[in-house]
Amino acid sequence: MSSNNRPLSPHLDVYRLPLSALLSIVHRGTGAFLSIGSVVLVWWLMALAGGEASFASAQSFLGSFFGRLILLGWSFALFFHLANGIRHLVWDAGYGFEKEAVEKSSLVVIAAAVILTLAVWAAAFLFAAGA
Amino acid sequence: MSLRSPLGTAKGLGSAKDGLHHWWAQRVTAIALIPLTVLFAFQVALLSMSDYKTVIDCIGSPWSSALIVSLIVAAFYHAALGMQVIYEDYISNKAIRIGAIMTTNLMLFLLGTAAIIAVLRIALGG
Repeated sequence: MSSNNRPLSPHLDVYRLPLSALLSIVHRGTGAFLSIGSVVLVWWLMALAGGEASFASAQSFLGSFFGRLILLGWSFALFFHLANGIRHLVWDAGYGFEKEAVEKSSLVVIAAAVILTLAVWAAAFLFAAGA
Repeated sequence: MSLRSPLGTAKGLGSAKDGLHHWWAQRVTAIALIPLTVLFAFQVALLSMSDYKTVIDCIGSPWSSALIVSLIVAAFYHAALGMQVIYEDYISNKAIRIGAIMTTNLMLFLLGTAAIIAVLRIALGG
């Protein structure tokens, strides 16, 4: 039969995703991660509202190695989702759909996410007042 | 043999006609979250080594607490809309899909409410 000539969808386990497709699924992944990660924000605000003792224990956990690892993942997910989200808004306005433009904006999104993450950690370690 | 008319079978199928509102609300909250998340992230980073009193005063100042409450409302609304789309794309079983969306909405509502109450306590010195 002629059914052998039909086009196939990519076999996802052997198909290397183009960068734009990878960023697309990472956008969803970071969105879901941030939804779950919102627990950290709520917990920190509750600890701060709870008084000096609960705030001190929250700060000491977030300052530990494991706490900082969570915050690093959190901040990168936030800034990636932010940068790629802005790209989505540009697409919604009808711009930047050409293949070269998409490839270029993919790199801009990754660079912006890395730079913003580094900037916020630099703010924490270099410019935060007191000790 | 069914006594239902073909029209009766077809009615109620198809779009609920409120998809545009979902799409639009997702974009409006996204735009609001651009300045709100950046401000909050850098505010918290700069406060990371400060003592309790400084953090309380800074987070609880009128403008700061207003911005953080706005951030919480926009972020949890945005999260609920986004999680709904993810469930709708990947969960084909209707009962599980609706259950997942409901559970997530209620959880996010609870978390958002808790966060707002915390900020109000900080701002009003409760």
